Amino acid sequence: MKKKLSLMFVAFSALAILAGCEPLTVFDPKGPNAKTLSDTIILSIITMAFILLVVYVLLAFMLTKYRASKASADYEPPHEEGSHLLEIIWTVIPIIIVAFLAVVTVRTTSTVETTPEGYDNKEPLVIYASSSNWKWHFSYPEQGVETVNYVNIPTDRPIEFKLYSFGPITSFWIPQLAGQKYAMSDMLTTIHLAADEVGSFMGRNSNFNGRGFAEMEFEAQSMTQADFDDWVSKVKANEKPLTEEKFDELLKAEHVGRSSYSSTHLEFRPAPMEHSEHMKMGGMDHSDMDMSEKEMDHSKMDHGNHSDSEKNSEETHSH
Amino acid sequence: MKIDSSLPLEYSTEENRLKIFGFWIFLGAEIVLFATLFTVYFTLQTRTGSGPNGAEIFELTPVLWETFLLLTSSFTIGLGVHAMRIGNKKAMMAFFIITLLLGLGFLGIEIDEFVTYVEEGATIQTSAFLSALMTLLGTHGLHVTFGFFWGVAILIQVASRGLNPQTANKAFIFSLYWHFLDVVWIFIFSFVYLKGLIS
Amino acid sequence: MSMEEVFHPMQEPMILAAAISIVVGAVVIVAGLTYFKKWGYFYKNWLSTVDHKKIGIMYIATALLMLMRGGIDALLMRAQTAVPDNGLLDAQHYNEIFTTHGLLMILFMAMPFVIGLMNIVIPLQIGARDVAFPRLNAVSFWLFAAGCGLLNLSFIIGGSPDAGWTAYFPLAGTEFSPTVGNNYYSLALQLSGIGTLMTGVNFIATIIKMRAPGMTLMKMPMFTWSILITNIIIVFAFPVLTVALALMMLDRQFGTQFFAMQNGGMDMLWANLFWVWGHPEVYIVILPAFGIFSEIIATFARKNLYGYKSMVMSMVVISLLSFLVWAHHFYTMGHGVMVNSVFSITTMAIAVPTGVKIFNWLLTMRHGKIQFTTPMLYALGFIPIFTIGGVTGVMLAMASADYQYHNTMFLVAHFHYVLIPGTVFGVLAGYHYWWPKMFGFRLNEKLGKAAFWFIAVCFNVTFFPLFILGLDGYARRMYTYSESTGYGPLNMLSFIGGIGLAVGFALIVYNIYYSWKHMPRNEKADVWDGRTLEWATHSPVPEYNFAVVPTVTRLDEYWFAKKEGRDITAGKIEKIHMPNNTGTPFWMSGFFFLAAFFAVFNLWVPAIISMIGVFGFMIHRSFEKDHGRYISVEEVMATEKSLRGDK
Repeated sequence: MKKKLSLMFVAFSALAILAGCEPLTVFDPKGPNAKTLSDTIILSIITMAFILLVVYVLLAFMLTKYRASKASADYEPPHEEGSHLLEIIWTVIPIIIVAFLAVVTVRTTSTVETTPEGYDNKEPLVIYASSSNWKWHFSYPEQGVETVNYVNIPTDRPIEFKLYSFGPITSFWIPQLAGQKYAMSDMLTTIHLAADEVGSFMGRNSNFNGRGFAEMEFEAQSMTQADFDDWVSKVKANEKPLTEEKFDELLKAEHVGRSSYSSTHLEFRPAPMEHSEHMKMGGMDHSDMDMSEKEMDHSKMDHGNHSDSEKNSEETHSH
Repeated sequence: MKIDSSLPLEYSTEENRLKIFGFWIFLGAEIVLFATLFTVYFTLQTRTGSGPNGAEIFELTPVLWETFLLLTSSFTIGLGVHAMRIGNKKAMMAFFIITLLLGLGFLGIEIDEFVTYVEEGATIQTSAFLSALMTLLGTHGLHVTFGFFWGVAILIQVASRGLNPQTANKAFIFSLYWHFLDVVWIFIFSFVYLKGLIS
Repeated sequence: MSMEEVFHPMQEPMILAAAISIVVGAVVIVAGLTYFKKWGYFYKNWLSTVDHKKIGIMYIATALLMLMRGGIDALLMRAQTAVPDNGLLDAQHYNEIFTTHGLLMILFMAMPFVIGLMNIVIPLQIGARDVAFPRLNAVSFWLFAAGCGLLNLSFIIGGSPDAGWTAYFPLAGTEFSPTVGNNYYSLALQLSGIGTLMTGVNFIATIIKMRAPGMTLMKMPMFTWSILITNIIIVFAFPVLTVALALMMLDRQFGTQFFAMQNGGMDMLWANLFWVWGHPEVYIVILPAFGIFSEIIATFARKNLYGYKSMVMSMVVISLLSFLVWAHHFYTMGHGVMVNSVFSITTMAIAVPTGVKIFNWLLTMRHGKIQFTTPMLYALGFIPIFTIGGVTGVMLAMASADYQYHNTMFLVAHFHYVLIPGTVFGVLAGYHYWWPKMFGFRLNEKLGKAAFWFIAVCFNVTFFPLFILGLDGYARRMYTYSESTGYGPLNMLSFIGGIGLAVGFALIVYNIYYSWKHMPRNEKADVWDGRTLEWATHSPVPEYNFAVVPTVTRLDEYWFAKKEGRDITAGKIEKIHMPNNTGTPFWMSGFFFLAAFFAVFNLWVPAIISMIGVFGFMIHRSFEKDHGRYISVEEVMATEKSLRGDK
């Protein structure tokens, strides 16, 4: 048992050393939401270390004091039924710990699901992030530009990423800015974040989606509002608009490098609805629902022709 | 084998009591199975895609017939078990045969219903709603079909071997199964057809 | 499908090597049985047996085999990721390997190991002569074996499933997984799942109805309690899997739209169904381990289990909560603060009854006289390691924090910290503990302890680094990573630990051979000075288990009887009714296997013909007049005498 404990010690100190020279990504937040999560995780690690300590001390005590080699040969262990007092103690204390963590969870979850504190007086910048095969598309409806496999954001504005997928479920994750969220084909999800400082951050899909999954990374770059405006105007001036044909081509490709366009695909391929809208739809009559389902057909990657949705469904069955 | 003659034939041996108890547990699993299928159906019932919704394809008349046939068959199998308990093999067999014929009638109407749907272009592949509907109905229908053949096998055994602890036990367990399918149908009738027709 | 496509996987050299080793292994077994003229013995005593003890041994043998198969998968994964940009495996092969690793370890290693132990021990522990439905028990095993065989066959013919063991749609749909791999998934799991469901029905009936006279529910051993609760979870959870797999098959092979991306399909419906089964499944493999540890800690601390009632209560609470937490597997799907908070709280709540159990085990040892035998080492190793798994579980339960852990190596480390010290240590402890009961000799203690230390230490070397990697942003299921990420050194450490784990498991297998050769035979019935009824009958156990069914007046009756010098197996021997062996379950499952195999390839005509074979055997069974047989008093007395005389 000692061997194992010393091993854990080595492992923990390795963690400490690693944290010393270069902080682990999750503990190196560059935005308020990632900071909230980092603080939550550290708080929970401290709480849990306390619980581990209690269990380890008790175990070490029992194992050293009550081993057979220490007892006399004729020692006969007593019959013990249990103790109500002890049972109440080790039920109530964990309940208090869980209640404490529950409060923390509810508060931090609602914090990271809204516009970050300190940024709430500013209008958020909405960016649609969608995945297809093993790449990411970023559409800026406000600016009217679109990028592939990289995303630029201004530092002094809250950002809202609207996520969806043209295929398998993916998970959009920029660990230094915010926690991850799924991108799905039939429903829009939202990530709120903001970047406190200028920098370049690793972003990736963290949800397994097939052969090219390991390489499905993108760069998220935060820059001053002036640099951001500058970049937008350069894209608008130098890049071609994104046509439907070009977009279909992009969707079919497996891996592509970075590219930029001076219009977005949202004009001809609207994003699916948000989860809350879906819920409302549930109770409404069917004509509306049909509409939404047809919209979803639009986002289907290999069905360019969506004017005839009945034909669409037949095509799908021939797979 | 110890036979306890104070109990009905189907409960009279230890093995018989175990089998009935075991079958109740199995029915518990069947309840979960159908509950899951119902949940899938309720989740997908508004997701009709480009296909029709329930109100557009459901017809009340055949469904009422199906309900009538299956409810009656549940009653007749109850009579059959009663006949078995008073040791009247002929009446028991007659009621079981009526039950199975009613089940067959139910299946006939259900098959006709499916054919109608397909003719109207509403197939299991059309939309998530229809996939869920037909899987739910189909699972119930397959249970009835399986029950039909099972019932026939039991009738043959009762005819050739008479009423003894083994055959009575089988017939009784079969009646539990048949009642269960009836209960499932009542849920299908209320929450699939009636609800679908109203909305 | 052309022959080339069918045998496509063989083009990969490593798969070819594995395929050849499987074929060679099968040929050796067949040739050996033929050469030694053992086919008759093998069929009569094993393939057609309805004896719960033999069925249990077959379950455990299969589990050990699959432990090796899944372990090789794991080693390959660790080898591939040991260094950055490694080219040992390509992405497709890696994807197939982590998918089959998960499936094999959970469904074809942990499950059969647990079911094997419950088969062997439960009837003995409750003083019964067999399970409630011995034939159904054989059907359960052979259906499980058919499913297991089918999944392993995918490795050779047609390609393995490659969408993860969770098989999320639309990835697992035909559009993105066009090979037959996921057809194998749905059909292989369906077969073994139905087998497991039947086990659930069987053991609930056994435990509720067949306990020895006087053994009320609150006088049952803790292992029996854990198995009762486990089987109740099985009966409520497995039908959900049955439905989910059926819908998967319909979507993939019949063009339905349940999880499709168009026509109203809903991809997250699969995730919900999968985890409504999947989370209780975790407790199906953990609770029996809790039961095993309770028995072993009480035995080797030489004290009764502390807080028996709270131990039972905590398991009941855990089983209820296990059905209320499934959405914590996808906090990140965006279902809002409210839903996430509710599931966070239900999930964290499980820590409370689990903590109660940990403290009860610790307090059982207080004032005890602890002996460090191999099974006890596993139980003691379980406490500190599993607690790490438990507390990281609480961390993961916090929805907000999970946004950073989800899909990372942190999660992978967490569930290995739960499942290895929990389930694997549990079944290995039980395996060492009950081995003498099964075979009449012990496993060598020195080798057993050496294996334990290898496994316990190397487990931490393998999996602790993964916590750190996860916090550094390393997503799970990546077949490779670039050097600039800096993930290299810790991955290498993890690989080295993996090799050590492999050595530990190899030692366990070697110990079977060594002990078979060298350990003394004819151990006494009660090798460990146990507390429960299984130790009251001979080792190995005669087919009728107990010549005289003991009467129970209190918990640990056998222990108190020993102290008072009473023989609880004394009494008048009567003739014993036993079921006959039958080949029907074996052949019926064989036809089930064929039907499923043809269905994988959409070959419906042969599949239907095979299903007719299945129904043929059902009809045969229905019409069969088989009321079992009696073992005469003289025969029982002769057996008893020979077993006692040798002691």
